[in-house]
Parts: sequence; structure tokens; C-alpha cells
Amino acid sequence: MANGTTVAVDIRNAVKRYGEFTALKTISLGIADNEFFTLLGPSGCGKTTLLRMIAGFEDVTAGEIFLYGEEIETLPPHKRPVNTVFQNYALFPHMTILENVGFGLEMLGQSKAQARTRAGEMLELVQLSQFAARKPAQLSGGQQQRVALARALAPSPKVLLLDEPLSALDLKLRKAMQIELKHIQRETGITFIFVTHDQEEALTMSDRIAVMSAGELQQLGSPRDIYERPRNRFVADFIGETNLLDVTVDRIDGGIAECVLDSGQRLSCEAADSVAPDSRAHLSIRPERLVLGHDPAAPALKAQVRETIFVGTDITTLLTLENGPEITVRSSNSARGNKRVFAPGAHAFVAMEPGAARLLVD
Amino acid sequence: MAGGAPAPGGVASQTFASARNWLLMPSWAVLLVFVAAPVAMMLVYSFLTKEFRGGVIWEFSTGAYDQFFCNRGLFGDEPCQIEWTYINIFWRSIWQAGLATVLSLLIGFPTAYFIATRSEKTRALWVFAITIPYWVNLLIRTVSMKFLLRDQGPLNDLLIGLGLTEDPLRIINTNLAVQLGLYYSYLPFMVLPIYAAVERYNFTLSEAAADLYATKWATLRRIVLPAVKPGIVAGCILVFVPSLGAFLAPDLLGGARNFMIGSLIEEQFKGNAGNWPFGAAASMILLTLVLLVLLVSATQQRRTKGAV
Repeated sequence: MANGTTVAVDIRNAVKRYGEFTALKTISLGIADNEFFTLLGPSGCGKTTLLRMIAGFEDVTAGEIFLYGEEIETLPPHKRPVNTVFQNYALFPHMTILENVGFGLEMLGQSKAQARTRAGEMLELVQLSQFAARKPAQLSGGQQQRVALARALAPSPKVLLLDEPLSALDLKLRKAMQIELKHIQRETGITFIFVTHDQEEALTMSDRIAVMSAGELQQLGSPRDIYERPRNRFVADFIGETNLLDVTVDRIDGGIAECVLDSGQRLSCEAADSVAPDSRAHLSIRPERLVLGHDPAAPALKAQVRETIFVGTDITTLLTLENGPEITVRSSNSARGNKRVFAPGAHAFVAMEPGAARLLVD
Repeated sequence: MAGGAPAPGGVASQTFASARNWLLMPSWAVLLVFVAAPVAMMLVYSFLTKEFRGGVIWEFSTGAYDQFFCNRGLFGDEPCQIEWTYINIFWRSIWQAGLATVLSLLIGFPTAYFIATRSEKTRALWVFAITIPYWVNLLIRTVSMKFLLRDQGPLNDLLIGLGLTEDPLRIINTNLAVQLGLYYSYLPFMVLPIYAAVERYNFTLSEAAADLYATKWATLRRIVLPAVKPGIVAGCILVFVPSLGAFLAPDLLGGARNFMIGSLIEEQFKGNAGNWPFGAAASMILLTLVLLVLLVSATQQRRTKGAV
């Protein structure tokens, strides 16, 4: 975290065990004030458990959680100044939209009239004022989603927790809500902790992302950091698409490794910190950083085209390298990219942009 | 179908409707024979003249209702003054049944909530346990209860043995005994519908309430209770209505002083002392009361559902 910023949520050595099963293995991380922070990982990685621990729905087996310097892990949920947007919204079905949004304020001791005024303002923020008198069941999924957001924002929480709030929406609505959420986060200045398994969503919205897997923190960094400098094979594979090639490391010099492909071809590439010489490792290359060509120019790999797939904005070419490994190349659907479309069965050379390949351990 | 061009599914849905009517015939027949016919018979009998030693004379009379509501003096020739005897029995019955319902709710709700929040496997076991007493006939259960509660019974032996009392507590032939009998008979009717409602309840709503600063008590009152209200209403009706007409518990446990409607009606059809039209009239009055209760709760339910 950058120096000089306030820490909103500080998780110190938090562990969660259910009997024999360990859901979270000693996690420590700090989330900055005003940050849009995302916990990203496949289902079962512990991201929702961590969020529920911050909200107070799960107790902490070991470790501490601080909220703006105050230790909160032993407080019951109703005493923590955080609010949650639930995955399936959890709107109160017997209350109107306005009553739903005003509920938190009423519980904080505001009068019904005060709560109503503020709830009305929040509904304006999410553009649902005209639905104030309706019941949740009369609203569409996207509208319910926005009510859930308004309800969680109404008591002005110090931190807003969002548990896969967009997963039940269709693609178009999801994209629109991603932008709206980001916009609301900037406008209100509230710290958002967002849980998702959708890497694209995480990249689009977050200031920083914590990638989790099997109850462990795999990498913490900005979207760009995580995409371009994945720390290990899991992160490279989970975030975006990548080609993973098995290599043997020959030598390392100043962060640049010289490695040998199984076909005997040598390549030099950036290496993550933990790579040792003479070890087996994986070379990660993003498909869009590869270029197809006819010339056997120096660090290019010889390959045979298996299939060409047209995906609208891009053209994806699947190839087989010498000695068997498969590799994917993506070029943009542009005048330049279209010159590099090959027929299946044709031979081509795969060239790498400088710095495109990255050496990873498991 | 209302005017205009028929909807595409029109013919099919008409066929479906006629098939549905035919398929419903057995249910209608059962309702007719076992509900409509007896009620009609009772209504007719309540307006007939009584014959001594039971039975009726087929002659129209409002005598049964007159006997219920009017006191016309020793020789039955004075103008009508309100007769309190039966109204009091009704009132006592309503009060007893109401009390039994409220206390069953107080015991039944936590029980149902407890069962519904167990793991899926143990839930079935708990529900099974709740229904075990129902494997034994109600009469036998009530008689057993009489033996448990009497002055020299096990309950008093226990209380004396523990030194909590010196003389046996007078429980049998009191309102308390009637109440205990009613809970024992009807508590599962309270527990089961509430259990069904709590089981369907989405507990994420409780988390959402806690997240929005609601204490446990506020969550129960503002979120859980409204959500499971249909189950509570169903349970209350299922306890109140049979309690109101119960005669086994009041008869066997309450003694002569705790006479309730059920016993009053039962007596009119028993042996030679009976009065069929009067029994039928009392039944009709009871039925009217029960229907009023159901009507009120039905309108209540509709109001809670609101515009949905």
C-alpha cells in the first residue's frame, strides 16, 4: 500500500477453520481508505468467507480485524459500521422499497420521517424514486440490485461490502452496473470491498485486487500489475488468457532469465523473484502479445496452424509448436491483423513482443 | 375469455378447464357428503321441536335458540331476559381456547424455530418426535393425563418427593388441568405449520437485518415474524378451533365446574337426557363463531399481502 494513506480495513493473520477444514490460511492485508478493493478467486477460495468475517457473520478462528484502527472481530454484525450488498439482494419482501432503504437508519435510532427522507435521497441516487411504494417482488432483478445498493449505502457505512452483487444479472446489465458502481464509489468516497469470481469485472472496476485461491492470498496489486506481472502460474492462468509453456531455466541475470523450451529453442524473458536457475518453470505469454508471421526471424517459434476463430473484435489462431505444445495467438480484427490470418494446416512463425514472456513457478 | 380475439391458448385452456372440473368431481362429492350435508342437517334440526328421550318432532320451532339466549322464568311464560348460563359457557370456552392458543404459540414458536434451524438430517427426527404422541388415541392420552395429574399421581408424588410442596397440589379438575390437556392435544398443530414457514424462511434476511444494525430482538420482530406470519396464523387457527370445541380434555380433566361448549353439545346427543334441536342450535352458534374468526384472519392475511 502507498504510504500516507489511511488504512480502512486491516486484516492481521486472520484464520478460518470449520472443524478439520481450513477455509482461510493466515491472511493479512490492508485495504486503504476510499479504495475500490476486490477479492478475486474461483468459488471455494475463501473470498466470501473473508468478506463475511469483516461483516461479522462468521467468527474469526484466529487473528484480528481492524476497522479504522478499531478492533472489530469480536463485535456482533449489528455493531459494525459496515454494510453489505448481498448476492441475492436479501431485500425484505414484506416492506416497500422505501421502508427497505430506510431500515438501517431506523435501526440506528433515526425517526421514521428522517429515515424516509434519507431513503428517498438514496433512491434518487440509484434512479428508483418512482418505485418507492412498491414491494421488492414487483421489481426486476436489476432494480432490486440497485435497491440493495441504496439500502446498504443509506446509513453511510465506513466500508461497503459487496458479495458478488452482479452475478445474477445478465451481461448487458452487468456491464452497466459495473460502471454505475464505480461511479457511485467515486462520488461517495466510501471504501468498497468487492467479491467476485469474474476476472474481467475485477480488472474493470478495481483500484487493487487480491487474488485468492485455496484459502490463500496469491497476489495483491493493481489490475495492471496482476495482469502483466502475475506472480505465479495460478494468477497468470486465472486472470485473462495465457499460454503456459514448460521450460528449463538456464541462467538468470538481473531479472532476465535465459530459458530452454523442450524443443531446444532458447528464449529470454522476465522472471518473477522466486525462480532459481536449473529449475523447471512455466513461461506465460498473453495471446495478444504474440505476432504471427511468415519470416523465421530470430526469436520466433515455428508452428503449424490448427484453427482460426473469428470472435468479432479479434481473430484467434490456435497453433501447435514443434514437440507438441499448443499455443494461442490473438490479433485484432484490423487491416494489420487481417494480414496475419493463416489457413489451417499452414506453417507460421510465432514472434514475441519484447517483454511479453514471463517466467513463473507453480 | 373477455371479448376481442381469442388468445392463442384459448381452446387448449378451455379443454383444460373442463377436464379440471371433471377431475375435481370426487373432491366436490366428498365435500358435499361430509361437510355441506351435515351442516345442512344441523341447521334443519336446530329449527325443529325436541322429543323427550332424544330425537326430534318434525315441526318448525325457534325454541332451541330461545332456550339458548332467553330466560323466560320457571314456567317459561315470562318475556325474554338474557340467559347467561350458556353464553357464559361459550365465553369460558372462548377464553380457554384463546389462552391455550396464545400459550401454545409461546411454546410452539421457539420449538418450531429450534427445529427449523437444525441440520437437515436432525430436522426430520425432531418433527418425528413431535408427532409420536399422535400414534396413541386422544382419549387414551387424555385419560393417562388424568392419572398423571391426580392428587396421588406421579406428578404430585414427584413434587412432594422433591420437597416443593407438603400437600398434593390440586391440579386435576381445574382450569390448569384443562389447559395442560389442550396443549398436549393440540401443540403439534401449532408447531408444524410454523416449522414449515420458518424452514422456508430465507435466513439471509436475518443477516441483512443484523448488517443494518438491527438487534436480535428487532430482527425477530421486524423481519422474522412478518415473514412467518402465515404459518403462525395457520397454527393459531388449528389450535383455537379444535380447542373451542374440545370436550375430552374439559370433561376428563376439568370436572363439572369447567364445563365447555364441546361437552355441552356432546351431552345433548347422549342418552335419554338429550335435546337434539338445542345441541344443533349450540353447534350452529359455535360454527358461526369459528367462521367469524376465520373471516377476520383471512382479511388480515389479505391486508398483509398488500398489492402483490
